[in-house]
Amino acid sequence: MAIKLFDNKGTRLDQQKFTWKDLVQKPISKLDDDAFTRVRVILMNGIEQQANRFQHLCSQMNGELRKPLAQVRRVEHHQQTMINWLLSGDHSPIETTIGYEQVAIEVTAAVAQQEPDEYLAQVYRFGLLEDFDHMYRYSALLDRVEGKDANNILQSYTDIIPGRPTIVEHRHPLDDLRDHYDRATAEPISKMNALTIMSGEYQTRDYYMNIGPTFADPVARLLYAEIASIEEQHVTQYGSIIDPNETMLEKWLLYEANEAYNYYSCMESETNARIKAIWERFLDYELGHLNLVMELFKKHEKRDPAEILPETLPDPIPYQSQREFVRETLRDEVDLSAAGPTFVDKSEESDATRAYRKHINSEGSPSEAVAENYLWHPGTELSRKAADKAA
Amino acid sequence: MEKAAEMGKNRTGIDMSPAQSEEMLRGGQEFTGSQDYSRTAEAADIETPDMVAIDTQYIQESDPVGSVPMPGTLRGVLKTGKKKAGGHNAEVFLNKLGERLAYERSGVRLYESVITKCEAADDLHPAGPVTVEELRHIRDEEAEHFLMLKEAMVALGADPTAQTPDADVSGVAAMGMQQVLNDPRTTMSQCLEVLLSIELTDNAAWELLIMLAEGLKADDLVEQFQQALTQEEEHVQRIRSWYEEMMMPEGGGRKKVKH
Repeated sequence: MAIKLFDNKGTRLDQQKFTWKDLVQKPISKLDDDAFTRVRVILMNGIEQQANRFQHLCSQMNGELRKPLAQVRRVEHHQQTMINWLLSGDHSPIETTIGYEQVAIEVTAAVAQQEPDEYLAQVYRFGLLEDFDHMYRYSALLDRVEGKDANNILQSYTDIIPGRPTIVEHRHPLDDLRDHYDRATAEPISKMNALTIMSGEYQTRDYYMNIGPTFADPVARLLYAEIASIEEQHVTQYGSIIDPNETMLEKWLLYEANEAYNYYSCMESETNARIKAIWERFLDYELGHLNLVMELFKKHEKRDPAEILPETLPDPIPYQSQREFVRETLRDEVDLSAAGPTFVDKSEESDATRAYRKHINSEGSPSEAVAENYLWHPGTELSRKAADKAA
Repeated sequence: MEKAAEMGKNRTGIDMSPAQSEEMLRGGQEFTGSQDYSRTAEAADIETPDMVAIDTQYIQESDPVGSVPMPGTLRGVLKTGKKKAGGHNAEVFLNKLGERLAYERSGVRLYESVITKCEAADDLHPAGPVTVEELRHIRDEEAEHFLMLKEAMVALGADPTAQTPDADVSGVAAMGMQQVLNDPRTTMSQCLEVLLSIELTDNAAWELLIMLAEGLKADDLVEQFQQALTQEEEHVQRIRSWYEEMMMPEGGGRKKVKH
């Protein structure tokens, strides 16, 4: 079902209402729901969180738009609440972390394949291999601290093997900046992809920064500190591919269109009927927001939103295991690094990055320590050790 | 039968997706083929302590979670105890009194959550043999223990509103327990298992507190604590009996306890 953006009014803003009971619904089942339902819940929380953050910043920089921003933002906030509260209380923070990394891997891999701009696709593949390694490190942490199998969360959709080692992901800030797309020539899907992945990474950074200090275990505290730092690098990377010359309203249009696109993607793939109804409802809410922003765009910029937006939403993001694509990328690109906006072999890294990395790792590497000789095995590494002993 | 115990579409195990799981193992072999797969060349260049070494270093560098609050005026056995063995007994006793007080106070809240679950019971969410009346009885006794400890601390010149280190740590240990008891999805039997853990720990803790009071020759407290322990022993029996009855409804389990 193609979603047309210009003749679909969605739900009117004054009809977008919530009650507390509405916001706090029955959560998904950690055990019985499909892992991709949790992936969608986590990603959409990030999409809404970033929409809220963007709109707050706009409000601080533009007096004229404050009123519509406040109205739309309240709804975005409550949309985020309803979605994030779908996660059930039996997820330990590390289990939720495994879910976050599954989002980073599966969604980034899907986006990398549909991205028409080869440079941007390379940016996604680059970040992908780093998040892929985080999955391996956190799985080791979950196994070794809580005695649990990360695959209970992943449901065999996502591999647990080392990617580009986290220890080498640390780079000088200037080597995290990429070239941005050109607002005049880039495809709408390229602009939306950038918002999707940046939003996902931004919420991951925030999540790790919030839960990191709640751990008592020193290795967990260290590992969250280390990987949060990479997520900060990723936000820098993905934020920098966005054209800074876009006007505020142009960006707002893209944010709303991207929210609609993501709800549409979720709706198309959702297997849990109750959750699917939420995606449908929120797609209509976002179309309502988009129409409101289109009117503001016409009024303030005297331009046609069709200059920015596609006529119909692009093909939905597929929610399925991207195992083969990830492995192929791993085989071909694990040794890549970045020197400024250019991707280079690790032998060509900048001196600034080498010096930064050498110092930050100089008192030991949490990500290396936690995963020393770790090999994922169904039922945790203790099952493997028991099997090896018996053999 | 309780809803949670039914067979369903649990997706967490590898048997739910044998081909995918097989592929995961194969990938593990392909990408981690070497003996030294988890060690990068970069890691070899730096001195990276292993997990145990990191933990050891942090343990050795750490400060305690906090201190036992100093009473304004020491009275009674605390005053005497302070003079003995460098005052250690008095500190331990205060710390443990504070822990028991916090534990019993939290216990009241935890029982209240189970009372709500019991009151909400219906065909799909059965409470089995558990009754609101008996839960309230236990809850009330926990509240009495809390108040008795509060008075004991005041009489000794200690501040019953302070959080002692052992009270703090015991609260951390209870975090998962309150998650289970307050989750609307958990069944009565799942809650009973948690209550059993709570009560078993509580019993051992009262026994220790009695020994400490005996060591300080606080005879009046020993008597009160002994009475509390007797009630706590009844709690264990009651909860265990309910739990076993729910797990083995066909009449297995321990002999029923009369209240």
